[in-house]
Amino acid sequence: MQKCDIKENPQYDALRLSLRILKKEEKPSLIEALHRAQEIFGYLPEEVLCFISNELKVPLSKIYGVVTFYHFFRTEPAAKYLINICLGTACFVKGSEKVLKALSEDLNIKVGETTADKLFTLSTARCFGCCGLAPVMMINKDVYGNLSPDKAKSIIEEYRRKENQTNG
Amino acid sequence: MTILTVLICSGAACLSSGEEAVKNKLMTLINEKNLQDEVKVIETGCMGPCQYGPLMIVYPDNSFYISLNEDKIEKIVDEHFIKGRPVKEYLWETPETRKKVEEKKIIPFFEKQLKIVLGNCGNIDPENIDEYIGTGGYEALAKVLTEMTPEEVIDVVTKSGLRGRGGAGFPTGLKWKFAREAKGDQKFVICNGDEGDPGAFMDRSVCEGDPHTVLEGMAIAGYAIGANKGYIYIRAEYPLSVKRLQLALKQAKKYGLIGKKILETDFNFDIDIRIGAGAFVCGEETALIASIEGERGQPRPRPPFPAQKGLWGKPTIINNVETLSNIRKIILNGPEWFSSVGTEKSKGTKVFALSGKVINTGLVEVPIGISLREIIFDIGGGIANGKKFKAVQIGGPSGGCVSEQNLDTPVDYESLTSLGAIMGSGGLIVLDEDNCMVDIAKFFLEFTVDESCGQCIPCRVGLKQMYNILDKITKGKGTMEDITRLEELAKVVKSTSLCALGQTAPNPVLSTLKYFRDEYYEHIKEKKCRANVCKFDEIEEKVIK
Repeated sequence: MQKCDIKENPQYDALRLSLRILKKEEKPSLIEALHRAQEIFGYLPEEVLCFISNELKVPLSKIYGVVTFYHFFRTEPAAKYLINICLGTACFVKGSEKVLKALSEDLNIKVGETTADKLFTLSTARCFGCCGLAPVMMINKDVYGNLSPDKAKSIIEEYRRKENQTNG
Repeated sequence: MTILTVLICSGAACLSSGEEAVKNKLMTLINEKNLQDEVKVIETGCMGPCQYGPLMIVYPDNSFYISLNEDKIEKIVDEHFIKGRPVKEYLWETPETRKKVEEKKIIPFFEKQLKIVLGNCGNIDPENIDEYIGTGGYEALAKVLTEMTPEEVIDVVTKSGLRGRGGAGFPTGLKWKFAREAKGDQKFVICNGDEGDPGAFMDRSVCEGDPHTVLEGMAIAGYAIGANKGYIYIRAEYPLSVKRLQLALKQAKKYGLIGKKILETDFNFDIDIRIGAGAFVCGEETALIASIEGERGQPRPRPPFPAQKGLWGKPTIINNVETLSNIRKIILNGPEWFSSVGTEKSKGTKVFALSGKVINTGLVEVPIGISLREIIFDIGGGIANGKKFKAVQIGGPSGGCVSEQNLDTPVDYESLTSLGAIMGSGGLIVLDEDNCMVDIAKFFLEFTVDESCGQCIPCRVGLKQMYNILDKITKGKGTMEDITRLEELAKVVKSTSLCALGQTAPNPVLSTLKYFRDEYYEHIKEKKCRANVCKFDEIEEKVIK
């Protein structure tokens, strides 16, 4: 068993509970465990992976291999709002790249980066299955369709406005 | 007494178009005006024409309201619900005549469709098992458990001519037979809901609109091959599908339709849901198995096929969501009924996700053998914004582009393959004159380069080289030798890659080279992109000077 640099907190209690349920299965699923952990922590830092490694008795190297294979898992924290712009085919042929470019300029960040105020992370995805509304983007779990560069910018503006209201 | 039944679409597209606010407004008004006894509201799965959401159908008038908002709802409640006069201006209008269509069934979008898989989608509340049972749900499961042997079930499925709807079109009955005959103390049924093709949302809509039909299909498959455990592998990008499947599973277990001693017989069948983590290659069956086992989703060599050695080395069948959704109707109506629809070698219907530059986007189900022209121009209503049709992309990154000259080809597995496309999972993306075909080919290659798992060289290196050449051409730096090199590389990647991802990834390049070679030549020789998509550095420089 390796030593993990863990600062005990309620998040680990929640993860411990999740893993306990998973371990009741004959073959506990590593990917399920990682999903639960990402839900709890928002991303998968090394100490969390180390913790899962000990709990499920799976080598850390293997877990790292799995985490880096799948797009869905993040090893870096995302901002409060994760913007995912769909670059699937239907969105692509209807100009999603222009939307991406507009938001990238508007937020002044590149794909994969987070704004200085830690409010927005800009990311891309391959198809949410909302092709009928192309081009689309998702902000956390909400889908916005029939976008134009201007419409996308005004949606971001709306998020900023709400954020200022709650803070002010 | 209920006088009006209102179906309101809560598919993913309508939800993102503001269905919730519309529904809340509707419920508030119904309460305010004391219409609770007269109007029954049901939230359904996807109705099809996603572009016009939020959607609502009012029975018995068959009025199909589109693009709803709170103000429109207020008027509909006043005029239609109270005074009995449908609000014509909010009804679907046909683009040809600009005439409001008063009844849903005569709208051209629906007229040419035949709904077997989507029969319940948009017509029942997917979160209520009683509604599913009300449409004959779980009757097929009861029939096979009490009246049929597993061999008879396999026989019926074989005779129906059903083929896998995930793309490859392997006969479903034969797959089941192999798994039935394989020796093993434990066997598995996997439902492949890893709908990774960009531009495809058929499985998503079935899981959201009629989840029980998937569960029933899996249980019947389990009985047929002798499995008592099933897994549904579904994309993490589809949170609503996950939620509705989980709910359906809970309800089915409570009713004794999934679990131990199903319908008081000796048959046990349990189902677990496994959520994917965003890897396109996991739609490949051996990669999917690796992913359920908790590994990196890397494909494995076949043979042994999963029917012999699948999940944890045990005999396993993997069927697509749509394939499984056909099963209960085949059992109930008989194989002859099913095989009466379709072409000689491809039976039944196919669900397509229609999107791109077409007027009516959305989910459609058509008898196999219908022409692409009928799907795009009759059901889809033609090209949007008065533009000219250029091509239709079928089958996602494994498929190809079909040009105008071949639009009358009947849609079936063999015909599409002969055109250099594939039936695929069912994404149909319409392209118009503003789309550059070289750019589209490059787009798909960028996708497959990104999604290649990297374990075999032809796919990892070959696709990257092909991408580089396409990139060169779109920047006006290509040479005529590049075309030859592209074709050679495509041949090698196709014939030497380990799995279907690599074996089919060159298709978008080959099919555009076949039907749109002129555009490649224009990029190379004239530094010209007729769609004005590609930007050539040299030309830009000239303008600046």
